[in-house]
Amino acid sequence: MAPAAALRCEKLVKQYGPLAAVDGLDLEVRTGECFGLLGPNGAGKTTTVEIFEGLNDPSSGLVEVLGLRWSSDAHALRQRLGISLQETHLPDRLTVEETLRLFRSFYVQGRPVEEVLALVELLDKRATWTEKLSGGQKQRLAVACALVSDPEVLFLDEPTTGLDPQSRRQLWDVVLGFKARGRTVLLTTHYMDEAERLCDRVAVVDKGKVIALGTPQELIEGLGGHEIVELATQQPLEAAELADLPGVRGARRSADGVALTVDQLHVALPAVLARVGQRGLTRLSTHRATLEDVFVQLTGRKLRE
Amino acid sequence: MTLTRLRLFFREPGAVFWTFGFPLLLTVALGAAFRNRPPEPVAVGVESAQLFETLQRDEGLRVQLFLEDADARRALRTAKVGLVVLPGPPITYLFDPTRPESRLARALADAALHPRGPPATVDLPVTAPGSRYVDFLIPGLIGMNIMSSGMWGIGYVVVEMRTRKLLKRLVATPMSRAQFLTSFVMMRALFLFLELPVLLGFGWLTFRVGVAGSLPLLLGVAVLGALAFSGLGLLVASRAQNTQTVTGLINLVMLPMFVGSGVFFSTARFPEAAQPFLRLLPLTALNDAMRAIMIDGAGPSGVLGPVALLAGIAAISFALALRFFRWR
Ligand SMILES: Nc1ncnc2c1ncn2[C@@H]1O[C@H](COP(=O)(O)OP(=O)(O)O)[C@@H](O)[C@H]1O
Ligand SMILES: [Mg+2]
Repeated sequence: MAPAAALRCEKLVKQYGPLAAVDGLDLEVRTGECFGLLGPNGAGKTTTVEIFEGLNDPSSGLVEVLGLRWSSDAHALRQRLGISLQETHLPDRLTVEETLRLFRSFYVQGRPVEEVLALVELLDKRATWTEKLSGGQKQRLAVACALVSDPEVLFLDEPTTGLDPQSRRQLWDVVLGFKARGRTVLLTTHYMDEAERLCDRVAVVDKGKVIALGTPQELIEGLGGHEIVELATQQPLEAAELADLPGVRGARRSADGVALTVDQLHVALPAVLARVGQRGLTRLSTHRATLEDVFVQLTGRKLRE
Repeated sequence: MTLTRLRLFFREPGAVFWTFGFPLLLTVALGAAFRNRPPEPVAVGVESAQLFETLQRDEGLRVQLFLEDADARRALRTAKVGLVVLPGPPITYLFDPTRPESRLARALADAALHPRGPPATVDLPVTAPGSRYVDFLIPGLIGMNIMSSGMWGIGYVVVEMRTRKLLKRLVATPMSRAQFLTSFVMMRALFLFLELPVLLGFGWLTFRVGVAGSLPLLLGVAVLGALAFSGLGLLVASRAQNTQTVTGLINLVMLPMFVGSGVFFSTARFPEAAQPFLRLLPLTALNDAMRAIMIDGAGPSGVLGPVALLAGIAAISFALALRFFRWR
């Protein structure tokens, strides 16, 4: 009988000296969903995930994993979780298969090593030393080590950072396959497309706090429009000058000009061009709104920097 | 540029230690071992009170009186004395011609005993296996090898696993932590079954250094030594956050033993006051026990003290390491 919430924390705080890496976080991850923690470097994502994994102790707050507490049920919990850390260096001189068998040996129950190797498409590399693997292959092996216990909850801390597009897509398939088995995933990332593709719900985190929570769709709709228009001019242009145009739902300053949130591009664009006509347009671009725009609107900063 | 290099150098505590600290410590330690010079008095053992009186008057000689022939020969073997003078007639010199100080002792003693030309004396160079310097040296080298491989093989490897976050990944699994630490110690002990035959075989083939006592007992003592140094290796690695720190710690632990535990020369060379400390060093215990078995053919009762010390160090260091180990 699984509790409705696979992971739960309330008023979670982690203090490093004067710095609050996690500053009063409330989260609830439901059983069977893929939940994303989205935020820039230093937002406190890793700290939060490691507290859930039992690898870090909170300064204060309540943490429940599968309805259990780390203080009383640590051993039972470790049997039921699968973890891929932000950075781990697996033993260089073990083969892929040996590494996986080692991790399998720690667990009472789990999936056959063969099956997991097939899942992460490393069957043909089974006899290769891990030091000879490419970045994407290493990362898939790390995820395989997390999957070999057939966990109820899978933690992935920036699983695709620094990987090539093909490796990223391979890993996404693995995560989607795991979710299709009804299991829970907690994922951190600073890639918007990754969150939009994998996550049922995301929490946007900044400076240790949740600043937005919902499905990727809800968050984007919260912007008011689904297209973003960015433009720059030779002569100064104030965001407020464009805010009242038809079809324009929001306007703000961007690095070198103005960014508009627009719900009806075919109405807004002619109006915008008419108003800035005499200022000498130097740049104009439009794209579909993403979680990146949500973050920029909430904080005034870019997500990746 | 030079300034930057200097800065980087001084921010690397390990390098600073090796450049300044190590030579200083070595000088102090060796100074203590080979004090009162020059001219360095050479140690001579005699077996008669009359000869003792005569030789005593020579400034260049440090004379020691032995009542038992066996004691005198052991002192020669363990390099505590360079020469043993047996009362005549004819007066007989026991010495090791492969050791310069032994030959010097013979010459000086001869001059002291016979200022007016040589009467008949007999030289008895000891080259029989069991009484040469190399017989003393090999057990010491084996002990040193057991120490270094235990400390480096475990201490360094464990800390590297920590810096690479592998430890963290492992404790996130239900893996037994005690088993994990034990696996290192077991590996060292098992390795000895390969290592010891190789080292002993080498000593036998090149120098005819044999084992007077029982081989199983020697192996047992060596394994116990490996366990003690594995425990210490784990202990130095239990908190260290990076490999520089653990390198420094390992050197700090091993240096006193390299010099003070009688690897190359007898611990008897150190001042009386230092002796109790030297006896507590695990390498001293290991070397003493190995020599007792290899040279004197001692049985289990003959190595009880060192064995107890090694077992104690192994148990305590392992318990402390398990208690204080930093897993994250
Ligand atoms: N062990 C630590 N000691 C001190 N500060 C830390 C420690 N770990 C993390 N921090 C700080 O906490 C903040 C959050 O870090 P982290 O959780 O790793 O962020 P993220 O994973 O979102 O990039 C950062 O400012 C980081 O410097
Ligand atoms: Mg992180």
